[in-house]
Parts: sequence; structure tokens; C-alpha cells
Amino acid sequence: MTIMRNRSAIRRIAATVLAGALLTGGLAACATTGGGGDSSSSTDLDAALKAGGTITYWSWTPSAEAQVAAFEKAYPNVTVKLVNAGTGNDEYTKLQNAIKAGSGAPDVAQIEYFALPQFALSDSLLDLTPYGLDSLKGDYTASTWGSVAIDGKLYGLPQDSGPMALFYNKAVFDQFGLTVPTTWDEYIADAKTLHAADPTKFIASDTGDAGFTTSMIWQAGGHPFDVNGTNVTVNLADKGSAKWADTWNQLVDGGLLSTIPGWSDDWFKGLGNGTIATLVTGAWMPGVLESSVPDASGNWRVAPIPTYDGKATTAENGGGGQSVVKQSKNPALAAAFLRWLNNDPESIKTFLANGGFPSTTAELKSDDFVNQEPEYFGGQKINEVLTQAAADVTPGWSYLPFQVYANSIFGDTVGQSYATVGDLNKGLADWQKKLVEYGNQQGFTVKG
Amino acid sequence: MTRIVTSSKRFSSMKPRKSVPLTIIMTVFVIYSLLPLVWLVINATKTQRDLSTSFGLLFGGHFALVQNVIDTLTYRDGIFLRWFGNTLLYVVVGAGGATLLATIAGYGLAKYRFPGRRAVFAVVLGAIAIPGTALAVPTFLLFSQLGLTNTPWAIIIPSLISPFGLYLIWVYAIDSVPTELLEAARMDGAGEFRTFFTISIKLLAPGIVTVLLFTVVATWNNYFLPLIMLSDPAWYPLTVGLSQWNAQATGVAAEPIYNLVLTGSVITIIPIVVAFLALQRFWQSGLSAGSVKQ
Amino acid sequence: MSTRPADAPGRPRKDRRDWRGWAFVGPFGAVFALVFITPVAYAIYLSLFRQQLVGGNAFVGLSNYLQVITDGQFWEAFLRVLLFLVIQVPVMLALALCAALAIDSARLHAAGFFRIVLFLPYAVPAVVAVLMWGFIYGNNFGLTADLNHLIGFDLITPFARNWILSSIGNIVTWEFVGYNMLIFYSALRTVPTDIYEAADLDGAGPFRVITGIKLPALRGAIVIATIFSIIGSFQLFNEPNILKPLAPNIITTYFTPNMYAYNLSFAGQQYNYSATVAIVMGVITAVIAYVVQLRGSRTDER
Repeated sequence: MTIMRNRSAIRRIAATVLAGALLTGGLAACATTGGGGDSSSSTDLDAALKAGGTITYWSWTPSAEAQVAAFEKAYPNVTVKLVNAGTGNDEYTKLQNAIKAGSGAPDVAQIEYFALPQFALSDSLLDLTPYGLDSLKGDYTASTWGSVAIDGKLYGLPQDSGPMALFYNKAVFDQFGLTVPTTWDEYIADAKTLHAADPTKFIASDTGDAGFTTSMIWQAGGHPFDVNGTNVTVNLADKGSAKWADTWNQLVDGGLLSTIPGWSDDWFKGLGNGTIATLVTGAWMPGVLESSVPDASGNWRVAPIPTYDGKATTAENGGGGQSVVKQSKNPALAAAFLRWLNNDPESIKTFLANGGFPSTTAELKSDDFVNQEPEYFGGQKINEVLTQAAADVTPGWSYLPFQVYANSIFGDTVGQSYATVGDLNKGLADWQKKLVEYGNQQGFTVKG
Repeated sequence: MTRIVTSSKRFSSMKPRKSVPLTIIMTVFVIYSLLPLVWLVINATKTQRDLSTSFGLLFGGHFALVQNVIDTLTYRDGIFLRWFGNTLLYVVVGAGGATLLATIAGYGLAKYRFPGRRAVFAVVLGAIAIPGTALAVPTFLLFSQLGLTNTPWAIIIPSLISPFGLYLIWVYAIDSVPTELLEAARMDGAGEFRTFFTISIKLLAPGIVTVLLFTVVATWNNYFLPLIMLSDPAWYPLTVGLSQWNAQATGVAAEPIYNLVLTGSVITIIPIVVAFLALQRFWQSGLSAGSVKQ
Repeated sequence: MSTRPADAPGRPRKDRRDWRGWAFVGPFGAVFALVFITPVAYAIYLSLFRQQLVGGNAFVGLSNYLQVITDGQFWEAFLRVLLFLVIQVPVMLALALCAALAIDSARLHAAGFFRIVLFLPYAVPAVVAVLMWGFIYGNNFGLTADLNHLIGFDLITPFARNWILSSIGNIVTWEFVGYNMLIFYSALRTVPTDIYEAADLDGAGPFRVITGIKLPALRGAIVIATIFSIIGSFQLFNEPNILKPLAPNIITTYFTPNMYAYNLSFAGQQYNYSATVAIVMGVITAVIAYVVQLRGSRTDER
């Protein structure tokens, strides 16, 4: 902020005040005309790195700082301004605002897989195909690549992944003589045994979480969202959805789930003291447990996610990548940084060192990674289980092009079934109704 | 304000008797007011680990206040100190400017009869009835057009308006600045602004201090606007920074630092409490004038 | 507000039009126009359009307003804050009033201490206040849980559906009771001493003094405090929004009109509809505040 800029800003304020209420559509216009796109291959990226410049990168990943430092060391001509603009939705709100305003967005932004279609659809992200990044396809797992490659365009590179697994507190399991469940029926049986033996203990905590529910439907073989351009089908009563809802109803109805909201202070306490005996979640969880639930060190173990029929299958939960925002004034440099960030071995090594779970097949297969025996998990080779999970992810899932909104009203609909101990199928139907209504209002053709 | 005798003096000759039951009832009230703050201070002395294992109103195993303060101030290269500085900047410029604007305008409304004067209050009241949170998007887009988003100006400029301050000075000025005095100054050939800055402002001092206190509290506690306007934590005020720390306990890369959130909250409250205590002699007399009129 | 400043003693000359006042009001007016009037005007403009994620922007006249009128979620939110208002505001103001009268009564030990301590919560940022109470409310490991544990059953469940409005009301009361107390207390201090002396000679007891002298003296302060509390209640946002992660299904995205407007624009990108909700809510608030002010001043002039 130089004095010159302040003065001109003040002059512009004065002009606006004079203009008063006579605001015209010019203000409302939100068209973002992006830069670049004329370059055409990966050699351009190398040239951009050589030429140097400054770019801004929004991320809340703990490893970002070290990665940026390593990048700047490797490419001294390039300055990367790292900004933590908030976690998850907080960042998306800011990104959305900046996109609508036509300025203020970063060059590269961290976006989770579920949110990516929304930004891709609004034409806010740069297609990376012209820079040749589509050639990196083979380096990533199919499910994560499928999350960033939408309608023949590449809207980002995957960073982490979250194949789901069962995390369980072995101390609690031993104390109450529970066996590690391999099917959901066994899981429910364990839930009953545990809660009957000690009413203060629960098999899991779940107050309704959109990300969890969609992943569970995914695991059950559901395919509730079908997207073809602006033609969208929402069917939250399909076989998979119903299968999950019927199963989970038994836990909700039986009062077998703790109502401690996820990620609250109480939740971390519950994970530490055995109140919450299992977690069905993404493979990124070990890092969180180690750093945030130190009291339970040695108690937790990892097993494959229970199934409906004994056939190993799982889904992705959480995880995301980075994208180049169309507003970027130096898209080639931004794309080059992105390529390094999510493909360079040094960067990925830094990422793993910070407790991340990779999306790159090379790391998932490396002995170094698979054979780790973290003390926190009693020396169990947890990555054996987790990398197998990565291989068992059911392909072909898609999120809605307005998933951020969809998740925001999850509590208003499905959440009500949780709160009133009602039928989850009904909650899903409510959710579907709202989504169809919203989608059609927004100009999509939505069938429900 | 000289005609007002303090209450204790007023009654000391008449009713010297103090009531113990009344004092006890009020003590319950005080406990209600203090309990959350006591809880906050106690828990600011705990480690993240003790926080999740020990009883809320008892001290934990380790007295970690000093370590917590150090951690709070040094976490992420001392970003907390940066936020503290930002908050000070917003308070000094924002609250100072708001007080100045409200004082000048309130005085103008009280002492001059000009076309449109009566409409001013109606417009101000009408405008504050529109929820600020819902105006966030229009305001954001407007400021974005002006190139002000993600700069301190996006916080400072909206802080410059204090409708309550305007009202307070308006009412206060009517009585505290005698019109005869202004007439006399005019006779002597003094300009209107000169008269204001040399004579009136002194008479308005208690009212000004009161407005200053209100605007300081308002800018110190400002949360929503910075949340929308700023994307770069380097410009965050303390409130937004603390809530971001609180939010980072969520999701894939969760990193709960509740102990720092609590310690940071304590540090955030201290300066404003000190400002309260230091200014209380002034603001009480200023407030009286504001509420007795109306 | 109710008395017209120009009619007060020491009024300015009436005879000629005097534009000098604008020189004083001008700077405030300019900033006010930028940060209040322009966004309001822009919001009105926005409320006449509908922009879709797919298909662009179209002028729709008043159809957004018609949609608000038939929007069940909006009215549910509205009734909720109305319920909140008619209970929380009187309770808070009554507590503030009692505290002010107690401190003013001179029958209290260490009155100055009580005055400052009750006022302290006002200095706590809303964000911090809600974080604190959120920890305390914790059903499982918070203070509430400890209390319930002591009793042996779940007596207090702050995040349950039937409790949540009271829980939020408690936070808001905690934050603002001292502030209102101080406004009342200051008004009480402006009552001239000789009135009390006269009442004492007439043999009036303490309650007669309160109803006969103190409450009438407080009327103006009560009206102003009520208006600001009404506006505050209708704009309820920070407290429920920060508590939402702790009571995810109970606090919906349309828990209050203001949260509804916020989520419409920031989660749903329905900027136009959000602006419409904001304006409708603003008009309702302004009308009610105006009516209260009118009634307050009418009784004032009896």
C-alpha cells in the first residue's frame, strides 16, 4: 500500500459517492475473462519458470509452507505468495467472492474434490490440457484423476486422497471383547454390544455430515448424482443410497451413535478417552489422530472398511487438489508451479512428511511408504491397509456441479432425520427435493 | 453535569443502611457475569492435552499459561502480533475517525438549522435497520470495484460511521454548547469551524469520550466485515484470526489449537478492559446526557 | 429522537435557511452514502434481477419479493427471531433495570465494583463470547456435562431443539445486560436530588420512589434501549452462526432471517434473492423500530 495508491483509491471513492445510487450493470457483471490459453505445451511451463515472476497460492494444507519454500529454492526467479484464506468452505466463499468481483483471486488455489465441479462449471478454473498436464494421468490413482478431469478438461492436479477405512480403538475393542467387523451387520452388532455393556460408549459419532453420507452411498454402490453438462439427475433413493440408509437407520434408531458433533473439542476428547470407538473415514486421518489425539497413542488400529457382502470395496472421503484460477495473470507460471507442487518427488515427499496421504501411484506403491510402522498405531503397518483401500475405490462417482450448496443444506434436510431419530430415507428424499428445486432455479435441467 | 451529585453522596445522609440481601442477590449477578471469564482465564493456563482431560473450573496438571502466551505470540511466525497491530490500526483510525465524524456531524445537527436536517436521522435509522450481514455482498462488490478489498481501507472506511455516536453527540451538544456562546464567537468574527475546534469541542469532551469508547469497542470487536473483505490473514484483526484458528480443527488437515484460541482470547480482551477502566470516569457523565434526553 | 433537538433550549435561529450545517454533516454524510446508502441502493437494484449459475442474468421485476412472501423458510426464521425478541429483550432489559436500580439505590456494598463487573462482558468480542459459552455448553465434556453428571441425569441440554433459543438468548443477555444496565443507571443519575428529598418528606417508601420517580425518569432510556435491542434481535447472526458447528442439525441454514440471507448468497450464490430477503427484513425492522419509538414518545408527552 503506497501513498499513491491510497490517494487514487480515495479519489475513486469520491467518484463513487458522486455516482451515488446510479449503479449500473457494469458492477454486477461478473464475467471473468481469463488470461492465457494460447500457450500449448509443457515447454511453455519450463520457459515460464525460467522467466520467473510472482504468483499467489491459497492453501490451508500444513505442508504448504515447506513446499513453497522448497519451490522458491529450486526456482529463485519465482516468488510464491502463500495465503491461508481459511479452511474448506471459508476459502471457497472467499474464492467465490473474488471470482464474482472479477479480481482478487489467487493464481493457484486448493480445492477439495467435492467442490471442484462447482468452480469448473462456473468457468472459473483454467483447463490445463493446453499445457500438456493431461499427460500426467498415469501418475495418479484413477479415482482422484477422475475428480479433476471433468468433461474432457483438466481442472487441477490431485494432491491427496482419502480412500475410506475403519479406524478402531483397540483398547476399547479388547475391553469389551468386540471383534473387528468386516461387514456392516457385524459393525451394528458390535455397536449394540458396546453400548449395552457401557452406555457412555458408542461405536461412532455421527450427527449427519454430507461428505460422510455421500461417501458411504458411494461405497454402497450408489450413484445418486449424474451430470452431463447442465443436465443433472439426482436420485438419492437409488439402490446404493437406500442400502446405506437402511443400514445406518439401525444405528440411528437404536441410539447407537454418539451425538458429539465432528471436529468439536468434545469430539477430540471422545476419540481420546474411548467414548467414540471407531471412525469410518479417509486415509488422511492418521496424521490428525497423531497430532490431535495424543492421549490415545497406541490404542488405534486400522482395518478395511466393512462391506455389505464381503466383497472389498470402498470410496473416497475428503481430499483434494490444486487448480489454476482463470483470473491468473500468469497462467503458464501458475501451471508450472502446480505441476511441481503435485508431481515433483521433492514436493510430494514434503507433503508426506507432514502427514498427508498421497494420490500418486508411485508413492502408494513404494515400499518406503507401505512399510511404515507408526508407533501411534502400535507398530501396525497401517499403510498396507490404506493403500489397498486406494486400490479398492469404486470408480465412476460424480459430485453435483453445486455440491458446496448441496452440502450446506444437508443439516436442514438429512440432518433433521438424525436429530429426530427419523428415517434417513425420508431425509434423503427431502434433500433431493431441495436440490432439484435449486438446480432448476439456477438454470440446470435437473431430474429427480 | 455539575448539577448531578453522585448517588452514594446523595443518599449518604438519608439512608446510610446497606442491604446485605441486596448485595447477595447482586453478587449472584456478578458471578453470572464473571463465570465465563473465569473459565476462560483458567483454561488459558492449560495445555491442549489438559484442556481435553481436566475439569473446566479447575486448573490442569501443568500451569502452562506462560508457555501458551509464548506459543500464541510466536505461532506461525508471530501472526498473532500482526493481527494485534492490525486491530490497533483499525481501532485508532476507524474509531478515531468515526468519533471525529460523528462529533462534527452531531454538532452540526444540533446547532444549525439547515434544509434536510430532519431527514438525516430518519435515513440513518432506516439504514441501520437493514441487516449489515445481508448487505455484505453489495458492499463487497462495490469495494471490489474500488480496488479496496483485501486492504485495510475495506475495514476502516465502514468503521467510520457510528449512528449511535451521531445521535449521542447530537443530543449532548444541544445542552452542553450554549448558543449564546456561539453567537458571541460569531460577533468576534471567528469562523464556524474555528469556533468549533477552539470552543465547542472542549464543551463536548465528555460526550466525545463516550462515543470514542463505543466506537473503540465496536471496531475492536468487528468480525463480520473483515471476514468478508479480507482474504489475506496478514490484514486480519484479532477476532477473525482467532476464529480462523478455531476453525482449523476441522477436516483433512485438522490441527486443533484450542489452547492458543483461549489464550489469544484472553489477550484480546485485556486491552479493551483496560481502556474501559481508564475511561470510565468520562463515559459515565457522557452517557447520562445521551440517555436522559431522547 | 422524540424531542426535536431544535426545540430544545438554546435553539438556533429559525428565520433564514442556513446551509452551514451541511459543512459539518457533509463528511459523515459522504462516508455514510458510500458504506450504507450505496449498498442499500445496489441491493434494491439486485433484488429486481435473477442471476443463474447457468443462463445469465435477467430482469424479473418484483418476482423475488413475491417469492419472499410465500417462502416458508423465511417466515419460519422470522417467527423464530420474533419469539426470541419477545422473550429475550424483556428479560434482558428487566435484569438490566433491576441491576441499575439496585446500584443506584445506595443500599449496595461496593456499588462501583458491581457496576464495572456487570459491564465487563460487553467488552468481550462476540466471537470470543460464543466460543467460551460453546465450550461451557458442551453436552459431553463441558461444564454442562459436569453439572448433569453431578445431578445424575441430563437436566440441561443447551444444544437440544427445545433449548437452543434459550441458550442463544443467554449468550446475548450475558453480552448486553451490562451495557443496558449502564444506560439505565446513567439516566437515573440525572434525576435531581431534591425530588428524592421531597419524596422522603412525603413518607414515600423505596418502591413508591421507584414507580413514582425513577421509572418515569427512565422512560426515554428504555425506549432507546428497546429500539436497539429490537434491531439487534432481528439481525441475530453471530451467536447462532458461530454455534452452528456445535448444533449442526438444530441450527439450520435459515435459523434466523439474517443467517438465511447470508447462506443464500454465500453458499447458494443466490445474491439477488438474498438481497431481497435483506431488504424485506430491513423494512420490517425499520417499521417496528419506528412504531416503538412513536409509542414511546407519545406516552412521554402525556
